[in-house]
Amino acid sequence: MKVYINGLGSVSCQEGTRNFKSADLTKVSQGLNQATQPSYKDLIPAGMLRRMAKGVKMGIYASHSALEEANITVPDAVITGTGLGCLIDSEKFLCAMLENNESYLTPTSFIQSTHNTVGGQIALQLQCMGYNFTYVHQNTSFESALLDALLQVQAGELDNALIGGVDEIGDMTMHFLQLAKKINTTDEVFTKGVNYGEGATFMVLENRLTAQSYAEVVDTDISNRIDSVPDYIKTFLARQSLTPNQIEVLVVGSNQTANDGTYYSEAQNICSNSVVETFKEFSGEYHTASAFGLLNACEMLKYQQLFSTGESKSIEYILVYNQFDGKDHSLTLLKKC
Amino acid sequence: MQERIVITGMGIISAIGNTVEENYNALLSGQSGVGELTLFESIHRETIKVGQVKKTTEQLIAELELSSDNNYTRTALLGAYAAKEAIANAGIRDINDRKTGLISSTSVGGMDYTEKYFFEYETTEASRKYIDAQGAGDSTDKIADYIGLKGFVTTISTACSSAANAVMMGARLLKAGKLDRVIVGGTDALSKFTVNGFNTLMILTDGYNTPFDQNRKGLNLGEAAAYLVLECEDIAIADGRTILGVVSGYANANDAYHQTASSENGEGAYLAMQKALKMANLSSNQVDYVNAHGTATPNNDLSEGRAMQRIFTDQMPLFSSTKPYTGHTLAAAGAIEAVYSLLAIQHGVVFPNKNFVTPMEELSIRPQTTLVHKEINTVLSNSFGFGGNCSTVIFSKF
Amino acid sequence: MEDLKIELKGKIIEVLNLEDITIEDIQDNDPLFGDGLGLDSIDALELIVLMDKDYGIKLSDPKEGRSIFQSVETMATYIAANRTK
Repeated sequence: MKVYINGLGSVSCQEGTRNFKSADLTKVSQGLNQATQPSYKDLIPAGMLRRMAKGVKMGIYASHSALEEANITVPDAVITGTGLGCLIDSEKFLCAMLENNESYLTPTSFIQSTHNTVGGQIALQLQCMGYNFTYVHQNTSFESALLDALLQVQAGELDNALIGGVDEIGDMTMHFLQLAKKINTTDEVFTKGVNYGEGATFMVLENRLTAQSYAEVVDTDISNRIDSVPDYIKTFLARQSLTPNQIEVLVVGSNQTANDGTYYSEAQNICSNSVVETFKEFSGEYHTASAFGLLNACEMLKYQQLFSTGESKSIEYILVYNQFDGKDHSLTLLKKC
Repeated sequence: MQERIVITGMGIISAIGNTVEENYNALLSGQSGVGELTLFESIHRETIKVGQVKKTTEQLIAELELSSDNNYTRTALLGAYAAKEAIANAGIRDINDRKTGLISSTSVGGMDYTEKYFFEYETTEASRKYIDAQGAGDSTDKIADYIGLKGFVTTISTACSSAANAVMMGARLLKAGKLDRVIVGGTDALSKFTVNGFNTLMILTDGYNTPFDQNRKGLNLGEAAAYLVLECEDIAIADGRTILGVVSGYANANDAYHQTASSENGEGAYLAMQKALKMANLSSNQVDYVNAHGTATPNNDLSEGRAMQRIFTDQMPLFSSTKPYTGHTLAAAGAIEAVYSLLAIQHGVVFPNKNFVTPMEELSIRPQTTLVHKEINTVLSNSFGFGGNCSTVIFSKF
Repeated sequence: MEDLKIELKGKIIEVLNLEDITIEDIQDNDPLFGDGLGLDSIDALELIVLMDKDYGIKLSDPKEGRSIFQSVETMATYIAANRTK
């Protein structure tokens, strides 16, 4: 069965929830970049809002947009990915525990620190009693969720699924990563330092082609380590009887730092007919940032227009390739529908 | 008929033993692993009891022959230890000779080390190697590297149902032909973070957990890791494996009732069991044994008990919770209990629900309290987690 | 007693993050749970910590909280009779 992306939603470092033309967007700054928070009051009852972690709020907001676009009230499944979950609350509970010598601790931040709290609270708010999974595998957390949903819709087990990736900036953890020279500071750029972001990107996968459909998800794959980028891409595309030169647009998760290694340039070399598009200069790096790249790819296919220049282009296939520091590689193939 | 997903290997380390055999012997002899907390300092040491693995972190590092500059957290160490046994048990010599995946699960991830070094990162550079080890996925990466696996590697974290969900995703990937075999399971080390977290929810008992007892006072936390090797039947046969059982059904549903508590009538649990039975094409009276989630919190046992009564009506099969032996091992629980379910099938035995004295007023069903030897063809295993996450996996005799 | 009740209302608003509610909005006899302020079981756990931290009252069983946390009035009465700090 074919699987389509019929709704998108996002909360990111950008104003508004859509990110079609790069000219309208602001590049992230050096260091840490907080997501622009929409107003949640109309969407979430005050009684629930008061205890919600930032990640939960962003997730509910982005998933609401995606479901609304897809015209679905309650999805068959909620499948999320997150690198570190609701990190702010995890830090809060941890610090309180260490500072107060395990005394006077309250449950709210502990509950929010549970990795599946975003998926659980989306289900709670939607009263969705279906399948509910959360993947927490660093830079392939989102793709794991995508693959799970794709397989179930392809197999006819689900008609649709709400999927998403969400991550928060936790001040202390990010500060430590700056000390370890993995994230840039406002003063200093490190060899392997990235500019960090946060956000939530949600999508509705469905077995129906509708007027709203953005793209067909053909396939996705993840691998912890790979021996050769060309072989990885060729093998992946061969499963669909495609070759790399049939890819018109290659979206890469490049940070333009030493973390990129030669991975993306090798991908670019083998997909020799592709226009190369990047997105992390607008989303920042985070564990589920690749979902933001996939969202851009969806819009490029639907509007047959390049993200970087706004130029019209006939696009049949887009390949999204992401990795981080040589680990957690993922490929996602989208097709025009 | 669709090809069956079979189990060809298992490995476990828990409070009652460091191998499958040791765990089995403890279950037979009724020996619990719940006792004093000695792994770390805590103000709760006098008031709670836990299921600690009987190996120190240093012993695990030495036995796994890791270099002294490693940054494995205890969660990763336990996972690598159990995964190694599972692979050896299956008789796999080269992990990459078939397209193999790893799906691990954890709730706490590397928090056991984060809490140790969090306030040192600022000043001590040597401790910073553990910053990245906090992420749940890091423990899985370490396990994959340890067993030399290259390919599909991911991590699930849905609180206390995590490992059951790893079994499901593994089976799904095999059915879809994405993998030839997959190692699935979970690992969680004890940490101050979880001890205090559960303490704020006031669901830790000050004694020994008593599942399905009227006077139950809460759970004992435990630490453990367990993994199963799942393969497609034809590949398992072609490779000459010993088949330990079949994953015949599974389902996940959401209770959508509360962030941490289960609903009064156990709707999510009911749906998970119902859908899993349907997938296995079994009627409820074909289940020989239920390995219940049975954490011994007032809320879980009532909710699960009601859901079981609704599913099995007046033909309740033998059931027990094995948490009095191991404590509640959080994300690993589904894998620990999968191993116990397979042992039940293999040896034709139902493990008793220790510490049960007084039946619950609200329920007409009673757990099995003595060891029973009988033929077991089908075991239904429940695992439920925060966020309304309800999972059921059904294992059958091959 | 009146001061304690006002103090308590402020603390409830603060620890439970009741952003849109002011001290004046809470009447002494308003039910805190269910239809009144709409608090739930997690809030009850938060209130148990508040009792311990600020008034030195330890409740070991969440069920004990039910009668104590009916309203600001019942809470204040209990605190006045049992506080150790």
